[in-house]
Amino acid sequence: MRRQDVLTVVAFFVIVTTLFPLAVGPEPETLRALAPGGVWVAAALASLISLDRLFADDWRDGTLEQLALTRQSLPVVAVGKIAAHWLSLGLPLVLLSPLLGYSLGLRGFELVVLVWSLALGTPVLSLLGATGAALTLGVRAGGALMALLVLPLYVPVLIIGSGAVSEAMHQAGPYAHLSLLGAMLAIALPLAPLAVAGALRISLD
Amino acid sequence: MLPRRIPWLTFAAPRNFHALVQALAPWLVRGAVVLAIAGLYTGFFVAPPDYQQGNSYRILFIHVPTAWMGMFLYLLMAMYAVIHLVWRIKMADVMARCLAPTGALMTFVALWTGALWGAPTWGTFWVWDARLTSTLVLLFLYLGYMALRSAVDDREKGGRAASLLALVGVVNVPIIYFSVEWWHTLHQGMSVTLTSAPSMAPSMFTALLLMTGACWLYCAAVTLRRAQVDVLEREADTQWVRDVVQRREVNGVSRPGAAVADESAAVREEGRS
Amino acid sequence: MWDGVGDFIAMGGHGPYVWGSYGVFAALLIAEVLLLGRQRRRTRAMLVRRCRRQVAAQSHWGPES
Repeated sequence: MRRQDVLTVVAFFVIVTTLFPLAVGPEPETLRALAPGGVWVAAALASLISLDRLFADDWRDGTLEQLALTRQSLPVVAVGKIAAHWLSLGLPLVLLSPLLGYSLGLRGFELVVLVWSLALGTPVLSLLGATGAALTLGVRAGGALMALLVLPLYVPVLIIGSGAVSEAMHQAGPYAHLSLLGAMLAIALPLAPLAVAGALRISLD
Repeated sequence: MLPRRIPWLTFAAPRNFHALVQALAPWLVRGAVVLAIAGLYTGFFVAPPDYQQGNSYRILFIHVPTAWMGMFLYLLMAMYAVIHLVWRIKMADVMARCLAPTGALMTFVALWTGALWGAPTWGTFWVWDARLTSTLVLLFLYLGYMALRSAVDDREKGGRAASLLALVGVVNVPIIYFSVEWWHTLHQGMSVTLTSAPSMAPSMFTALLLMTGACWLYCAAVTLRRAQVDVLEREADTQWVRDVVQRREVNGVSRPGAAVADESAAVREEGRS
Repeated sequence: MWDGVGDFIAMGGHGPYVWGSYGVFAALLIAEVLLLGRQRRRTRAMLVRRCRRQVAAQSHWGPES
């Protein structure tokens, strides 16, 4: 993974968020209402395009095959890949999100909730997206296909994640939403690597 | 070899499956037609108009069965996918593949009829109602399954990848459903919920049951037929397919009954051995 | 219950919705059945062709020739 990839994904995240005011108009009230959804949709799309080639390079040059042949269990390899990916590409989005949220009119506590929701939610997106990436390895039109496979699975995370911020905007406690995001992470963390490993094994056959 | 003691595994063998479908499909079709006629008659000529919605509620007789079938076929597909992944039974993959188009069709019809029912009832074709939204997501899950399958050139590999996807999808279905439901209750002010009459008239309920039965039989018939064609194609080079083709050549198309009787005898024989 | 065919078609003003639903459902079912039938005929033709070719090949090189 190169530094350039990180910059590209971060730039993508910022540009998509910028498109919202450009498309909707500069009225602060409208933008504020759209802010949670806007940042979350941008984060989901950024996660999707960054995961597209998560295993592709290793698959092409045979590293993946080597890894599968070693004693190292494939789910552990998958966890490692996903963790590395999230730390290098997911974490920058989380850290950058308060700026973008602020530009769309979120303030104070809302920004804290936004960061927390993304911190809990983007790992789930990475885990789900990695499954899609592994399934579409070496497939024609892999990118578009992966979007079709993965985006429906992103729906719950998107709903609950932006819901947390909306709750904070309406002076309600976001804790139920945040705990649900945590629960999703707790479910996805053990299950998704198994699915990823299974998918990798299928595409290595 | 598959253990013969488990009776239904007999039909995991392509030859027996072919014979089973050959014997079963005509009856499924007949049953579907009879139930559909009875259901449509009850639905249109026996069931009274709804006291609130007038006659538009008659869409219910296809909306609810198709929505049920859409969900049910997805669960069934995922079940076959698991069987395929765990026990490597090829017939399970064939069944999962053949369920997908019909399931997608049913889901689409549920959405379409939901929209057309919504127009007179809610005053709009589309609301982001919890059920409509999660049904839409379900349609995308079907489309993803079919797209993944057709994108992989190697049939065996594509089948396993698609089975895994169906498994991942079915784990997500309840999560999607509950999150959408919850999201919807939070935004309650935006839409009107559909409040049906507290108790359905018995004739309405009868029509609904009949139409559900018809849909179920139709789905079973179409899926099994599709699977049968798929099996013939996959096994084109085996002796039993040649036998089937030759028998039909000899008997002629004008006497399909003979072939059916023939093959059901083969099934019975298979069961005994 | 219905006042003639016109009343039945009108469905109390909801005709387009009801018939739009049933019509599209019926059209899709018919399309699915027709597509499946075509696929079935094609497969059968392919199998028959193969079978004949095989028989021809056997009579050509088989022990009885």
